[in-house]
Amino acid sequence: MQASLAATDLACRRGERILFRRLSLSVGPREVIHVTGANGIGKSSLLRILGGLLRPFAGEVTRIGAVGLIDERPALDPDLPLGQALGFWRALDAAPGADVPAHLEELLDVPVRYLSTGQKKRAALARLSAQRASIWLLDEPLNGLDRGGVGLVAEMVDGHRRSGGLCVLASHQPFPLERMRVLDLAEFAA
Amino acid sequence: MIRVASALLLRDLRHLLGTGGRGGPMLPLLFFLAVAMLFPFAVGPDPQVLARTGGGVVWIAALLAAILPLDRLVAPDLELGTFDQLALRGVSEELAAAVRLLAHWLSFAPLLLAAILPASALLGLDGETLPLLLLGLLAGTPGLAAIGLIIAALTASLRGGAALSGLLLVPLAVPILIFGAGSLARGDTTGIALAGAISLALVALAPFAAGAAIRSAREH
Repeated sequence: MQASLAATDLACRRGERILFRRLSLSVGPREVIHVTGANGIGKSSLLRILGGLLRPFAGEVTRIGAVGLIDERPALDPDLPLGQALGFWRALDAAPGADVPAHLEELLDVPVRYLSTGQKKRAALARLSAQRASIWLLDEPLNGLDRGGVGLVAEMVDGHRRSGGLCVLASHQPFPLERMRVLDLAEFAA
Repeated sequence: MIRVASALLLRDLRHLLGTGGRGGPMLPLLFFLAVAMLFPFAVGPDPQVLARTGGGVVWIAALLAAILPLDRLVAPDLELGTFDQLALRGVSEELAAAVRLLAHWLSFAPLLLAAILPASALLGLDGETLPLLLLGLLAGTPGLAAIGLIIAALTASLRGGAALSGLLLVPLAVPILIFGAGSLARGDTTGIALAGAISLALVALAPFAAGAAIRSAREH
């Protein structure tokens, strides 16, 4: 079954404010959408709505395929060594044998709370690729990453696209990938 | 489902039992023993008074010990986004909460029951009171754990939720306390059966209440 993600007539309200409205989009396999816009315009909320974690104020979302999400929270236990923290998600994703990327190997015994922001982000990305979800939602995936890390994310997204996945990424900085559709949230601001 | 639940239980137990510099499971235990030790100093060493009131003190100490881990029961996972990642993988909040309830109970109750033996020596409890106390706590602690989980989930997204949760648990635990500790005064097990019934109802309710609270906290 081919992955797809479609939203019709979405509106998002945070508190008393409508962040965006009349937003429709449809993403098919091998497509990457780059959501842009200023801080606070609702990029993260849009991604959470697309993932089903937040109820939209109006409109609906249909998803075919499993969803993987990267946001600013690593969801890795701070007190556990990285290897065990990742191991829990691997057990859940039934991917115990998934390879740990070489750049994380020497960190596997380090408790997560000692890792830097960028290292945690890399660990979360490793979890995402082990999850084998066909819909990727990446919320500011480049935050905290060095230049090598940025290249790594672009490569991951490209590989995901080539293997038939789709990806919606929100980033206020340019994302180094060709052939992306750009969705400017400012056009839908209320 | 079984695979997911066992992975969750392992993680929750590791989280709640793990030392991680936060005292881990020994903290409620030591707290419990400290109360049992302090009580004779406070009311005087009269064996009759101690034997009559000691069982009730054990119940109060158990109740307070059950409050201690509440602040790390739900809030850290909400902050870390663990529940979001679980939801994306199709793990319902109810299942996560049910597993957490089991882990919470396992992390304090068995140790507490074991600690009753030294505590009963400190308080001079007699051989008739001890089985009633053990049985009563066995019936009552699942209910205490369930109340604790519901409150921890409800207060997880509030500022200062940790202090509030302790305060909220106390009045809700009163029925369990009345029937559980009341059986000590009556000297039979009818009260314990009622405490057990309340516990069962709470345990059945807790995953749904806590699951709904976790979902609503996500919308903030």
